[in-house]
Amino acid sequence: MSATTLPISNTATASRAMSTARTRNAYITEIKYECLRALRAPAFSIPFLLLPIVLYVLFGVLLAGNMSHGDSTVAKIMFVNWAVFGVMGPGMFGFGIFVANEREQGLLTLKRALPMPKGASLLAKLVMVTLFAAIVMLTLIVAALAMGHPGLSIGQYVGIALLDIAGSLPFGAIGLFIGTRASAKSAPAFANLAYLPFMHLAGLFYPLPKSVQPLEFISPAFYLDKLGLRLVGAPSLDLLAKIQGASNAGGPVLYVSVLALVTLMFTALAIRRLARVG
Amino acid sequence: MNRACLAELVGVRKRFGNVVALDGFDLEVREGELLAVLGPNGAGKSTAISLMLGLRQPDAGMARLFGVPPLQVEARQRIGVMMQEVTLASELKVREHVALIASYYPDPLPVEDVLRQTNTVGLADRPYGKLSAGQKRQAQFTLALCGRPSLLFLDEPTVGLDIQARTIMWATLRQLVHDGCAIVLTTHYLEEAESLADRVVVLAKGKTVASGTVSEMRAIVRRKRISCATSLAPNVIAAWPGVQSVNRDRERLEITASDADAVVKRLVTSDCEFSGLEVRSAGLAEAFTELTQEVTA
Repeated sequence: MSATTLPISNTATASRAMSTARTRNAYITEIKYECLRALRAPAFSIPFLLLPIVLYVLFGVLLAGNMSHGDSTVAKIMFVNWAVFGVMGPGMFGFGIFVANEREQGLLTLKRALPMPKGASLLAKLVMVTLFAAIVMLTLIVAALAMGHPGLSIGQYVGIALLDIAGSLPFGAIGLFIGTRASAKSAPAFANLAYLPFMHLAGLFYPLPKSVQPLEFISPAFYLDKLGLRLVGAPSLDLLAKIQGASNAGGPVLYVSVLALVTLMFTALAIRRLARVG
Repeated sequence: MNRACLAELVGVRKRFGNVVALDGFDLEVREGELLAVLGPNGAGKSTAISLMLGLRQPDAGMARLFGVPPLQVEARQRIGVMMQEVTLASELKVREHVALIASYYPDPLPVEDVLRQTNTVGLADRPYGKLSAGQKRQAQFTLALCGRPSLLFLDEPTVGLDIQARTIMWATLRQLVHDGCAIVLTTHYLEEAESLADRVVVLAKGKTVASGTVSEMRAIVRRKRISCATSLAPNVIAAWPGVQSVNRDRERLEITASDADAVVKRLVTSDCEFSGLEVRSAGLAEAFTELTQEVTA
């Protein structure tokens, strides 16, 4: 072999190491374009930004308002429940569909071959999901204030917003897991397969009948909802459960622990899968 | 010339289930050369490239990029990559894609400069999803160049390009090599390798079957092609010694011969009417076919 191997340290361009500023810029650029592409994708941004506000106003304010005869407790419950509904979608579908697409279309492989900073792609998606959750929360709060609906304090609004923005993470982790396992075509179906039961089993739209109540424990939305209800001082939605003492065990520590565990477990499984298959 | 080795595979083996993709394969890419990696489908070209890029790990042997394992990001900061089957985010404009990929590198080219270099300024503000297949390849080529790479990996770069775009890409590649950039090119267009490559490696069934300059590859095939207009019947010439095949192309005959000199002499003596004589050596395509047929037969 006539050639000599050229180690990095001996090359003229060895000084071209990434500075901290450039590494930071790489993460920021990745986040910027991830958010931009999600906002520009009508199939993603329209349903997940518009649907929560439309449904909240329609069912949470107008319909429930008429039926509750001005009971502010119902209004608070409606606000908390629709907020949970609003932050579930971007996480599950944002990660699920985008990651499945990128895997199938070779984009993740290309980025692995390129010197993308470690974890930049996942971090960017995480920020995109929380941005969508923040926009959803902002629109819900604006709508609630404009319609003078739940009668919450500013502190409670801020608290609920922060809680649900952070609460989008477990759904993002589940979406990420789906995205790493499913094909681009099947990812939306699998995401719905988790999204719809989670939503209904959390009792976001109606109190669950007694026979189904044991199943509410499998929905992360159930725990996020319970935290929200506590924060606004509303009684737990699962009034039946409370009366019967069947599912009201534990408190905020338990709820937060479950949500954190779901986030960590599905993120770890997804990262393990990504490391193996790209 | 003793050129430095930028990337190498040493005795690598890679198996996928029962299929052996690479079997004790060696490859080195030297500073400032354009290396064409050729081979039939399934020969192991893509596997070899993916090992060099750190996308896969060899079962045995070693992959090195700038002297270190390819998984080290410092090594990958000196490469540019253009893959064949990649779909970029359709919502982002070409300029935005370039800015994103450029952000991964310590000292990238300014976005406008690299757009000019690849003649893609006109595509810069168009969403990637609205581009034609050829324009997408041009955009991906731009992404491969934006980090000022010392080593470029290009997988079928000119598929789908029109003649003008292909000519521009070839000129850019020649300029890059002239400026000292090494390029690893995989292609099915043998004329592309023939026109651009300093060195060719031919793979078949996970092994190198030949390696050398394009001229050395051509020399492997001793056959020559003789073309002329003659009144002699093809079956008469086909019976001559040293003639391997005779085909009629309108009024001309295309003769493939292992001993072209003897055939031409006999043509002169047998038919004083013959005209338009052309004799040419085998091209890379013939060499490639002969080399890979022996292994895959």
